[in-house]
Amino acid sequence: MTLNDQPNSALADAAPRLDAAWTVRWIRRSAEVLAANRAALNTLDREIGDGDHGENMDRGFQAVLPKLDALAEGTTPGAVLKLVATTLISTVGGAAGPLYGTAFLKAAGAVGAAESVDAAALVVLLTAARDGIVLRGKAEEGDKTMIDAWTPAVNAASSAQAAGSAVGTVLLAAADAAADGAQATEPLVARKGRASYLGERAIGHRDPGSQSTLLLLRAAADVLATA
Amino acid sequence: MVMKKLINDPKNVVNEAVAGFEAAHGDIVRVSHDPMFIARSDAPVQGKVGIVSGGGSGHEPLHGGFVGYGMLDAAVPGAVFTSPTPDPILAATQAVDGGAGVLHIVKNYTGDVLNFETAADLAGAEGIEVRAVIINDDVAVKDSLYTAGRRGVAGTVLVEKITGAAAERGEDLDTVVAIAEKVNSRVRTMGVALTPCVVPHAGEPSFVLADDEIEIGIGIHGEPGRERIKLEPADAIVDRLLGPILEDLPFVSGDEVLLFVNGLGGTPQIELYIVFRRAAEVLAEKGITVTRSLVGNYTTSLEMAGTSISVLKLDDELTGLWDAPVQTAALRWGR
Repeated sequence: MTLNDQPNSALADAAPRLDAAWTVRWIRRSAEVLAANRAALNTLDREIGDGDHGENMDRGFQAVLPKLDALAEGTTPGAVLKLVATTLISTVGGAAGPLYGTAFLKAAGAVGAAESVDAAALVVLLTAARDGIVLRGKAEEGDKTMIDAWTPAVNAASSAQAAGSAVGTVLLAAADAAADGAQATEPLVARKGRASYLGERAIGHRDPGSQSTLLLLRAAADVLATA
Repeated sequence: MVMKKLINDPKNVVNEAVAGFEAAHGDIVRVSHDPMFIARSDAPVQGKVGIVSGGGSGHEPLHGGFVGYGMLDAAVPGAVFTSPTPDPILAATQAVDGGAGVLHIVKNYTGDVLNFETAADLAGAEGIEVRAVIINDDVAVKDSLYTAGRRGVAGTVLVEKITGAAAERGEDLDTVVAIAEKVNSRVRTMGVALTPCVVPHAGEPSFVLADDEIEIGIGIHGEPGRERIKLEPADAIVDRLLGPILEDLPFVSGDEVLLFVNGLGGTPQIELYIVFRRAAEVLAEKGITVTRSLVGNYTTSLEMAGTSISVLKLDDELTGLWDAPVQTAALRWGR
């Protein structure tokens, strides 16, 4: 993205607001991407954790899919996010289940009963999701956790929105910042989670939670771009 | 290493093991299969504090083997080495709530802590008073801002036994919580792995040790410990484990202790007694008296070969509660 992106770009015109249908497409795309990255996430997790992050995330999002089919007409983004939250909490296990579950639950709460989400509301949603993860996991930036992807993503989304960008640009900014953040976990020593037992042996490995965060945010941006 | 296991489909390992446990111990427990938890057969016991523990499977007999009179009211098994989700923890909490509140005994692993916390929030919303005690007895990990804190390992068994006896005696929730915290504050553990373990669905070892290497300070899922060294005679290894344990509390001359030598799953009892012998010898040299003991496979890591040593500083209260009757699949006396 460049600073020259205009609100009247094709991207912004295609979907200036994110509605329930977009939210459903985002979750379906996330499920596809997580299934495709299942082995890769397991491998990252085997290096510095217990090797099941891909397994657990894939199981959780696959469990969401049939429930999306059963959603009533006229649902809201908040209702979809809440459905994702409760399903992840009850199917993922490990640390990722409560963390992502809480993120989606707080995101759902942030958008309430609104029928769609504009750029400003999107920033509120992302911020609430990140704050939920911090509340549950008590990690700070630099601890080599998913927060290292989430916080740069929230900051970038907020800056993009403050500069007047439309939702598509805001999502792209978030995904790009999450990618940088995930990469930036590689040289870190972990201070939270199972990788913290490794001490310096964790250096050189990417945090698997930061990678799954990147995949989810990238899916959100991609779904809008291809809508 | 070839995976040679007595299993059917790796996906069914936990379900089939729990079904077998139910068939074997139906006199002591009843099993809910979905959501999955193991409860003592007479739960809920009215007016008694309920005690729930749980965590990833693969550590048997922890925790299901400790459900029964005088110990746990329910255990919630997750997938192998993966914390259970909040739903079954909530269901188990509801099933054992006898109106006096419920205590969650949680090993300090991030997944376990987060899922039990979430379940406690949900139970609280339904009007059940839930308290949690986080077990962190593993001296191999530095407890600092730079780690997730010390892990909960074999000392958990001692916490569950003693706390269970307090609840059975009719103590209220505050007292039961205080006793659990007291045991946790006085028990220290450290382990060693001689060979790794293989998680069934992974099909390959969780970590690699050369033929002549051992890992000192291993966690119960094969997480790394303090250092990797060449294999030594048993006595030298015991000294390496016991040193940090005794320094940490510290245990001093005149103390009376419970000495617990735990097998990690793949080490025979005969070797555990060699370990016990040396540990008792070292304690005696330091003027520490072993007044109670436990030796066997109680907190395992699948087929990992190795052991952990736990030392618990006793007093009259804890000794009395340790001696109190217990009737579970894995520990039974006095009844």
